[in-house]
Amino acid sequence: MDLAFTPEEQKFADQVRAFVKANLPADVRDKVKNGKHLGRDDYMRWQQALGKKGWLVYTWPKKHGGPGFTPAQRYIFENICAEEYAPGIIPFGTKMVGPVIYTFGNEEQKAKYLDPIRLSTVWWCQGYSEPGSGSDLASLRTKAEKDGDHYIVNGSKTWNTMGHWADWIFCLVRTDPKAKPQEGISFLLIDMKTPGITVKPIIMADGGHEVNEVFFDNVKVPVANLVGKENEGWTCAKFLLANERLGIAAVPQSKRGVEALKDIARAEQDNGRPLIENKSFAEKIADLEIQVTALEYTELRVLSSMAHGGQPGPEVSGLKIRGSEIQQRLTELTMEAVGEYSAPYLPGLLWQGTNEAPVGPEYAHLAAPRYFNTRKTTIYGGSNEIQKGIISKMVLGL
Amino acid sequence: MDLSLSDEQKQLQEQAERFVRDKYAFDARRKIAATERGWLPENWAQFAELGWLGMSFSEEDGGYGGGPIETMIVMEQFGKGLVLEPFLPTVVLGGGMIARSGSKAQKEALLAPMIEGKKQFALAWLERQSRYNLADVSLKATKEGAGWSLSGHKGVVYNAASADHIIVLARTAGSAREPKGLTLFIVDGKAKGLSRRDYPTQDALRASELTFDKVSVGADAVLGKVDEGFAVVEDGVDRAIVALCAEATGCMDAINAATLEYIKTRKQFGVPIGKFQVLQHRMVDCFTNAQEARSMTLMASLKIDDKDPVVRAKAASGAKVQIGKSGKFCGQSAVQMHGGMGVTDELSVSHYFKRLTMIDLMFGNQQHHLTRYSNLAMAA
Repeated sequence: MDLAFTPEEQKFADQVRAFVKANLPADVRDKVKNGKHLGRDDYMRWQQALGKKGWLVYTWPKKHGGPGFTPAQRYIFENICAEEYAPGIIPFGTKMVGPVIYTFGNEEQKAKYLDPIRLSTVWWCQGYSEPGSGSDLASLRTKAEKDGDHYIVNGSKTWNTMGHWADWIFCLVRTDPKAKPQEGISFLLIDMKTPGITVKPIIMADGGHEVNEVFFDNVKVPVANLVGKENEGWTCAKFLLANERLGIAAVPQSKRGVEALKDIARAEQDNGRPLIENKSFAEKIADLEIQVTALEYTELRVLSSMAHGGQPGPEVSGLKIRGSEIQQRLTELTMEAVGEYSAPYLPGLLWQGTNEAPVGPEYAHLAAPRYFNTRKTTIYGGSNEIQKGIISKMVLGL
Repeated sequence: MDLSLSDEQKQLQEQAERFVRDKYAFDARRKIAATERGWLPENWAQFAELGWLGMSFSEEDGGYGGGPIETMIVMEQFGKGLVLEPFLPTVVLGGGMIARSGSKAQKEALLAPMIEGKKQFALAWLERQSRYNLADVSLKATKEGAGWSLSGHKGVVYNAASADHIIVLARTAGSAREPKGLTLFIVDGKAKGLSRRDYPTQDALRASELTFDKVSVGADAVLGKVDEGFAVVEDGVDRAIVALCAEATGCMDAINAATLEYIKTRKQFGVPIGKFQVLQHRMVDCFTNAQEARSMTLMASLKIDDKDPVVRAKAASGAKVQIGKSGKFCGQSAVQMHGGMGVTDELSVSHYFKRLTMIDLMFGNQQHHLTRYSNLAMAA
C-alpha cells in the first residue's frame, strides 16, 4: 500500500497537466474558473481535443478504444482536469450509452456509434424519466410498437438534460405492455432529427434552461437501433445507472470547490476581519473538507477494488449519496459566505454572458443560483432515498 | 499509488481475525475483563510469538520492518473483538515514542524486551485541568544532582498498573500551557514516591490516578531532549490516534453487523423490523458512516509517516473527527434499533457503544480535533 505516485504515474501526471494547459481553450478555462455557464460549443471544443488525444473516454478499456487507464491514472486524470479548470465531460455518450453499446450492442452498432462518442462528434442525451415515472422508473409508459423494420414510438420523456443540443437520444421504451414492469422494457437509440420529436424547455428555479421535456409522436425508429434483446432493456438500464452513480460523486470538483470557498471566505469581511478568521465559519469549512476527504478515499477504495473486479457494484450508491450531499453543502456555505449580496439576480450576466456590471464581487451573484440549482443532485441519478433502498436491498439484504 | 494489501498484510489480517475469533468470543472477553490485570499474559505472549509487538518497528530497532498499515490491520481486528490487552499504550505509544526519540541505551533496555513481550508501558500526560491540551502540564521536574525529581499528579493513565515503565510528561521550564519547557521521563512503575489509585474504565480497560512525590530519576531517564518533549508527545499521540481510529473502525463494523442481524430477526407487527423503511435507511446511514470511517483511517494510516508535520497533524485530526462522528452515529443508532435490549449489559451492543464513546473522548474529541484541523487547514 502506497499513496505516492510511481515514477511512471508521476510522468503520466506531468503529461496530463501539459496536455490540459496546451489544449484547453483559454476562454473555456476562464468560464469554468469564474463559474459561468458554458455553451454547446465550449464543451465540444474541449471534448474534441480530448477525443483526438484518446482521453475523452478515459473510463473505457483498451479493447473498446479507450486508453485503459489504471485506477491511479484515472484519479490523476480527473484531478488534474479539475485543478486546471477543465469543464466536466458530458457523461451521456462517454459514461452512459457508450459502455452500454460496447457491453450489450452488436458489431454494427459498435462500428457505427462508438467512434463518434470517442471523438465527440455526436452529442447524446438521455430519455429515462417520464412525467409519471420518476423514482419508480420501471413504471415508464413511452411505448414502442413494432411495424415491420421499425418501432413506432409514442410518449414523452422529462428531465432530459441538454437535449436541445443533442443529436441522438437513448431511451427506455415499453415494448411489452403485458409483462411485469421491468420485463417489458427495451433500450432504443433515436436520432433527434427524426420527424415527430419535439423538445420543450423546462425553466429551473435559477432561471436557467438545462433540462427539457421531449415528446414522441409516431416517431419511426429502425429495429436496428435496439440495443440488446427486446424486453431486456432493464439490464442495460441498471448497468448504466451504476456507471452514472460512480461519476456523480464529483470528488475533484468538490475539492476545487472547497478551495474556492476558502478564497471567498478570505475576501469577505466579518466585523472588520476576513470571514475565514471567524472560528465557527472556518470550522464549517473544515468539516466539509473532511467530508470531501472521506469521500475521496472511499472512491479510491472502490476504484482500487474495481481494478481487479471490473464493474462497480451497489456500494457506489453510497458515493452518490455522500457526493451529492457534499455538493449541496458547498453551495450552501458559499451562499452563507457571500451573505446578503447573494440577493441581486442578474440574468443577463448569468445566462447570456453580457457585459452587465456585477453587483458586488463577480462571485456574489452566482452563489444563490448555484445553491438553488444544486438541490437537484440529491434528486437526479436516482434520488438519495432510492439509493438507500438499493443499498438496503443489495448490500444489507434487508 | 496502490491501495491494496500485500500478501503478507493479508496473512496478518487473517491471523488477527483468527485470534479474535478463537480468544475473544463475547463471554470469553467478559472473563478476561474480570481478571485482576484485566488482560491475559498468555495472549500477550501470543502477540510476541506472532510478531505483532515488533511488526511496526524497523529491523534496526529489532522489529520486522512494517509500519502504520500493519498497526491499522491489527487494531481493526482488536476493535471487532473489543480486545483488552494493552497494545495501544505499550506498543503504539510507549514503544513508538522510544523508537523515534529514545537513545541507543534506552532502545536496548526497553524496546528490545518489549518486542519480546517482556515489558509494558504507559503514557502519563493528562492532568486534572488539561482537558485536551497536551501542553497544559504542571507536574514539575526539578534538577536534583545529575538527575531529576518529579512531583505532581497525572490522571487517567491507561495500563499504569501493569506498566513496567511509565513515560511521564513533566514541566522542566516555561509557564503554564507553554509547549516549550516540557520534558518526557521514563519512570520505573515501582519507583519510590510514586503512588497509584487503580480503577476500571467505562469500557472495561484499566487506568490509574498517579501521584508523584519527589520521585527521583537519573539523567538517563530523559526521553529525547530536555525542554523539547512537546513535539515528541504530540507526534506520539497523533500516531496513537490513527491506531485508535482503526480500532474504532472495527468496533463500527461489529456493532453494525450485530444490529443488521437483529433487525432481520426481531419481529414486531408481524414482520422483521428490518422491513420498515425508516429502519432500513437508518441502517444504510450506519453502513455509510462506517465506510467513511474506514476511508479516513486508511488516509491517516497512509499519511502519518509524511515528512510534513502539518500533513501528519491534519491526517490524525481529520480522521479523529470522522471517527467521533461516525462512532457516535453507529453507536447511538445500534442501541436505538435494538430497543430495550440495546441498553442492557447482556448484549455486546452496549459494550461496543461504550468503547466507541470512550474512543471519541480519548486524546481529544470530535470538536477538539475539528478546531485543530480548522486552524491548520485555513492557515494555508
